[in-house]
Amino acid sequence: MQADWLTSEEWTAVRLSLLVASTAVIASLPFGMLLAYLLARGRFYGKTLLDTVVHLPLILPPVVTGYLLLLSFGRKAPIGAFLADNFGIVFSFRWTGAALACAVMGFPFMVRAIRLSIEAVDRKLEAAALTLGASPPFVFIAVTLPLILPGIIAGMVLSFAKSMGEFGATITFVSNIPGETQTLPSAIYTFTQVPGGDAGAMRLTLISIAISMAALIGSEMLARFVGRHVSS
Amino acid sequence: MSRPDRLEVALYHRLGDFTIDIAFRTDSGATALFGPSGSGKTTVLHAIAGLLRPERGRIVFDGRVMLDTASSVFVQPYRREVGYVFQDARLFPHLTVRQNLLFGRFFAHRQRRRNGGMTLENVVGLLGIDHILSRRPVNLSGGERQRVAIGRALLAEPCMLLMDEPLAALDAARKAEILPVLERLRDVSRVPILYVSHDVSEVSRIANNVIVMENGRAGERWQS
Repeated sequence: MQADWLTSEEWTAVRLSLLVASTAVIASLPFGMLLAYLLARGRFYGKTLLDTVVHLPLILPPVVTGYLLLLSFGRKAPIGAFLADNFGIVFSFRWTGAALACAVMGFPFMVRAIRLSIEAVDRKLEAAALTLGASPPFVFIAVTLPLILPGIIAGMVLSFAKSMGEFGATITFVSNIPGETQTLPSAIYTFTQVPGGDAGAMRLTLISIAISMAALIGSEMLARFVGRHVSS
Repeated sequence: MSRPDRLEVALYHRLGDFTIDIAFRTDSGATALFGPSGSGKTTVLHAIAGLLRPERGRIVFDGRVMLDTASSVFVQPYRREVGYVFQDARLFPHLTVRQNLLFGRFFAHRQRRRNGGMTLENVVGLLGIDHILSRRPVNLSGGERQRVAIGRALLAEPCMLLMDEPLAALDAARKAEILPVLERLRDVSRVPILYVSHDVSEVSRIANNVIVMENGRAGERWQS
C-alpha cells in the first residue's frame, strides 16, 4: 500500500522511523522495567548516581549523547567492537544504531513513568499475596505487574513519541543515510536544506503529526481500557 | 509431646521507643489477642505471618518451627501457610471476587486439599457471597469486602487463621451480620484462629481463650 502522494524515499523514511521507534521501545522495555524497579524499591549505595545517569540524556544536548554513543558503540569503540566481534551486532551507520540512539533518548521518560507507577502500588497488597502462599516472583506477576500496566503503557508511549522525534543523537551517531538511518526528522531536515524541498518537508511533517497523534490517541484508549480493570 | 495445633510465641522487638516483649501459647479453637490500640497486637500477628522479622523470638506451630532467631530460622511468609485477614481487607483491585477467592488456591497445600479441605462452594455458602462472585472489589460494601477477605484466606488452606480486627472498619449493622459468620467459621472449620480485637463484645462471642495485651506485654489470661 504505497501512497502515490509520497515518493519512494519519503515512504522509506516513514517505514524506517516506525521500525526504529518500535525496536527502540521494545528492546529498552526490559531494561526500563528493571531500572524503574531498582529506583523505586531498591536501597543501595549509588542510587542517586544511577538515577542521574538514567536522566542524563534528558539534560545533555542530544548531539553530546550521540557523540558519546559514537565513542562507545562505534565500530572501533570498545563496546561496539566487542558486540560486533562476539555477537555480530553492529550499530554504526545502521538502522540498529538509530534504534539504540532513540532507546537511550527515550529511556528517561520510560523509566520515570514506570517508576512512578511502581511507587504508587500499595505494598500491603503484595504482603497479602505473600500470606496467600505466592512467592515473590508470583507476587510480581499476579499482583504488581497488572497494577503497574498503565504506567508501563505510558512509558512505552512516551518513549515511542520521543523516538519518532529524535534527531540530534541519531544523526550524530549514525548519520543520515537514506534507506538505512534516515528517519522522518532527518528526512525533513534534508528537505529543508535543498532548494524546492518545501513540499516534501510539508508532506513528511503532516505524516509526523498524524503518527504522533495516532500513537497518543491509541495509548489513551488503551490506558482507559486497562485503567478500568485495575482501578481500586 | 506438644499438643496438636499448639502455637507457641515468644517475641522481643523494638519499634522506636515501643517495645514488644511477649510470650504466650494457644491451642486449637479461637484465641483472642485483646488490648487497646497501640498495644502491639498487629505487630505480633505480622511476626507470626512472617511479614516482620523480630529482633529476637521463637514461633512454633504444631511442632513446626517458623521462626527461631537463636538458630537463624526464618520461614518465608509464603511458606508458612498462615491465613491472614487484614483489617482493611486488601482485596486485589484488578481481580473479580471469584479470582480473589481463588488466588491462594493455586499455591495451597495439595495434601490438605485432597483431604477434604474447603471448596469454593463451601466457603461461598458459609460466607453468603454467592451473588457477588463476578463483581470487582471496588463495587463491594465494606462488609462484603471483609467476607471475601475471610473466604480468600480460608481457600488458601491455611493451617492457622490470623484475623486483625476484621470488624473494626464496619458499622454496627455490618458487624452484626458478620459475627455469626465468624462463630460458624470457628465451629465448622478445624483451623485454629488467632483473633485480634479491642472490642469486648466481639471477643466474648468469638474466643474460647483470651490473652490480654498492654504496652507490648501479655497480661492476664482468661479461659472460657
